[in-house]
Amino acid sequence: MSGLPILSLMLAVPAIAAIACLFAGDRNARVIALAATLVNFVLGIVMWANFDIGGAQWQFQERHEGLFGPFNYALGVDGMALMLIMLSVFLMPLCILASWEAITKRVGLYMAMFLVMETIMIGVFAAQDLLLFYIFFEAGLIPMYFIIGIWGGANRIYAAFKFFLYTLLGSVLMLIAMIVMIGEAGTTDIPTLLVYNFPPETQTWLWLAFFASLAVKMPMWPVHTWLPDAHVQAPTAGSMILAGVLLKMGSYGFIRFMMPMFPDASGQLMWVVFGLSMVAVVYTSLVALVQSDMKKLIAYSSVAHMAIVTAGLYALNQQGIEGALIVMLSHGVVSAALFFCVGVIYDRLHTREIDRYGGLAVNMPAYALFFMLFTMASIGLPGTSGFVGEFLSLAGIYEASSTVAFVCTTGIILGAAYMLYLYRRVVFGELIKDDVKAMPDLNPREWAILAPLAAVALWMGVYPESFLAPMRGDVTTVVARLAPSKPAGDAHLAAGKPKAAAAGHGAPAHGSSHAGGVQ
Amino acid sequence: MTADLALIWPELILTIGGLITLMIGTFTSDRQVGLYQVASLVTLSAATAAVVALFGTDTTVFSGTLSVDSFGGFAKLLIYAASFMCILIAPRFFKDGMRAEYPVLILFAALGMGIMASARDLMTLYVGLELNSLAAYVLASFMRTDERSSEAGLKYFVLGALASGMLLYGISLLYGFTGTTDFAGIAKVMSGEMNIGLIFGIVFVIAGLGFKISAVPFHMWTPDVYEGAPTPVTTFFATAPKVAAMALMTRVVIDAMGPAVGTWQQIIIFLALASIILGAVGAIGQKNIKRLLAYSSINNVGYMLIGLAAGTQQGVEAILTYLLVYVVTTLGSFLIVMQLRDDQGNQVESIPALAGYSQRRPGLAAALAVFLFSLAGIPPLFGFWPKLLVFWAAVDANLVPLAVAGIVASVIGAYYYIAIIKTMYFDEKSDTEFPKGTGTVVEDAVITASALWLSVIGYLFIGVLAALSASAAAVLF
Repeated sequence: MSGLPILSLMLAVPAIAAIACLFAGDRNARVIALAATLVNFVLGIVMWANFDIGGAQWQFQERHEGLFGPFNYALGVDGMALMLIMLSVFLMPLCILASWEAITKRVGLYMAMFLVMETIMIGVFAAQDLLLFYIFFEAGLIPMYFIIGIWGGANRIYAAFKFFLYTLLGSVLMLIAMIVMIGEAGTTDIPTLLVYNFPPETQTWLWLAFFASLAVKMPMWPVHTWLPDAHVQAPTAGSMILAGVLLKMGSYGFIRFMMPMFPDASGQLMWVVFGLSMVAVVYTSLVALVQSDMKKLIAYSSVAHMAIVTAGLYALNQQGIEGALIVMLSHGVVSAALFFCVGVIYDRLHTREIDRYGGLAVNMPAYALFFMLFTMASIGLPGTSGFVGEFLSLAGIYEASSTVAFVCTTGIILGAAYMLYLYRRVVFGELIKDDVKAMPDLNPREWAILAPLAAVALWMGVYPESFLAPMRGDVTTVVARLAPSKPAGDAHLAAGKPKAAAAGHGAPAHGSSHAGGVQ
Repeated sequence: MTADLALIWPELILTIGGLITLMIGTFTSDRQVGLYQVASLVTLSAATAAVVALFGTDTTVFSGTLSVDSFGGFAKLLIYAASFMCILIAPRFFKDGMRAEYPVLILFAALGMGIMASARDLMTLYVGLELNSLAAYVLASFMRTDERSSEAGLKYFVLGALASGMLLYGISLLYGFTGTTDFAGIAKVMSGEMNIGLIFGIVFVIAGLGFKISAVPFHMWTPDVYEGAPTPVTTFFATAPKVAAMALMTRVVIDAMGPAVGTWQQIIIFLALASIILGAVGAIGQKNIKRLLAYSSINNVGYMLIGLAAGTQQGVEAILTYLLVYVVTTLGSFLIVMQLRDDQGNQVESIPALAGYSQRRPGLAAALAVFLFSLAGIPPLFGFWPKLLVFWAAVDANLVPLAVAGIVASVIGAYYYIAIIKTMYFDEKSDTEFPKGTGTVVEDAVITASALWLSVIGYLFIGVLAALSASAAAVLF
């Protein structure tokens, strides 16, 4: 694998395709976009397959010094970045497919914006230079502004402005913090900064500046208000990518920057995160319960799920962080799928009002099945991806604070309430409305989008080790970095004594030690 | 004396070339556009070549009243390039109203600006400034029959005279309390005890110069003059004189008042923040694109002043990079504004008329979107870079609160830039037709090149830019 600059390639493919889309006709633009995103997906799989689990922390590194003056073009991934890049390249072709028929005006520009978005997302997760990261992080505003503003719903302009200005206001403070960090540490290199010890009092300020930015992006209560507006107005694929990947940029920033770079401040201020997360879980779940607009309901549920992520991350222990990362991936898949489910029926009836539907199980059985699966995954039913993440993160949170764990678990119960209530009103009930009766079941294109999403949601639920294994080492590194400043939890867990292994189980242990000896 | 003359070739070329162009204009008909156009463009090219040839020299001429150094050289390159473009685009705009006086006035203004950028004595400073201003007053009212243009000229003249008066008063105070007009001499006195006379002198000089860079609260003329003046002239006002005045201000503040940091720093900080905030807020309600760009220029000057407030070499480097990027962006934006013509060929300046522009002229709309995002400083567009540099300089100079205030205010500024983009991209098509074929090949090439440079390609030039601005800024320290 050495020699092939795979990350640069993954950045370049969608960027070049975006330019091609601008000059191509509607039909060609769709094909180009799909081809480019599929190529990137294949490249992603190649990268995952070649990722050496337990090997070097940073892999696929590329570095060009002096190209950009004071900062460098430096790329590289660890396990967490790898998984998030996989999430992005997995969702992108599905987003393009989701907009295949729904988007009819200015298709070239639309596809170009999505492809630019893909370049930016990969750039955010692969950047190993602080300023390069910031450039990608901020650049995401531009294509999303266009996607919401041009192809959005009736109130799209308000939503586009709110999204742009809100998130911009959040991120600018992070830039000042980054300048201070570069001045203090004398480098823009992220791996170096990860082990640099900033003075504790500086850390607090830097932490707050980063928090201001990332909390808006995430979004955390009380700065989440841009999200429901943006989601409701964005086109289906826009919501998919926004919920699926863009929100993860915020939590990625937490684990990439705030926790390992400012460990002292993280230990001191973990209660800020806990407090806001607790409010968010309960409050936004209650708000979701009373929504009459399907997209708004799922948007509020996103805020609640992201609050579990932040609480899990700030448990500052192995389970909490691993769980939070799985929730990030799971929510990326499941919320994208749920937004697409809404999109499917929106394309048929052109309304998102829950009351306008009912009884879909009768005339759209396949749809009802998929919707059921993703509803359950969102609730966290065992066997689906949601369960693994939520269970692990709650276990981690419990270790840090039983109160927080208690409140967050309430949120899970409320989550079941609003999702099941939604499902009941849309899919069950009597099929009495004439226009709803006329709605056809899923077509092959919709099958092609929902089937992979369902497969991944189940895979993650049944065998999460595939996703956890690449990230475990990175989580351990972060936990070790945080260990000195981590406050003691109130749970006082004591590990039980394992039973002596039965005779029959001795062989594998022997085998592995033997293998170790050979190496 | 003769040796000195060899070092001011750019100024000599401009003087002689300006006079020759004037003669051509006098003895031929105004219809002979090509003739005087070429004469003026050749003059500017020759002057640019002379600046390039002299780049790297660091000396003073005429008993230390004028400096020949790379700081001045950097500014002059930008000034001449901007003047060149402003002459190039004029005939198409004025059509039958084009007269030889236009390139002549621009040449003399460029001469004055070159002197401003090189002045290291209060007298040369004033001479250069007035030479530029007198040419500018006439240029603003160049379309004699147009009421708005005459009004712009008159307004500019009256307020400009007031500012000159303030500046002169400041100069006389500085002279009175230091006994010299030489920058280095003033700096020597200022490194000792400060007194009330010196402080007043500093305040008045900065106020006078603040008028020229249109920093708040001396900005009142800017929107009216930008709106009223013919578009090529507005383009000129927004680019070259900004560079000259900013370079002059930097040199006066760093060279002459350098030791009195405590006195001028707070004034500059006030001007910077006031310009950023008022420039942003004032632009929000504007319906005329030229007025809006006027407020945008006020806003951008505020960011440059943050670099100046830092008062370090890093800050001056940031200002120079900022000026370069700003000139490219502004030139590009105004080139597009010139192309906004309806099917009758009338100039369209109203922003609501731009609704749906992206569907009528996708290329130009995309370029304008690049320029506007760049002015707003949103990465990955290159306008982000100079903004980052000025904030960087401020943070390194321990002015973190200033940097925070500036960057937060930049969000207000982003609002009106993205509002225009919304009009062009999100709104339904307006009734105004925008027929094709409004621009010459050269104009389109310049627009394309600057839009591409500002999109991502600019980042590849960071190294070159940094080296250039560092060598220019180093002469002040």
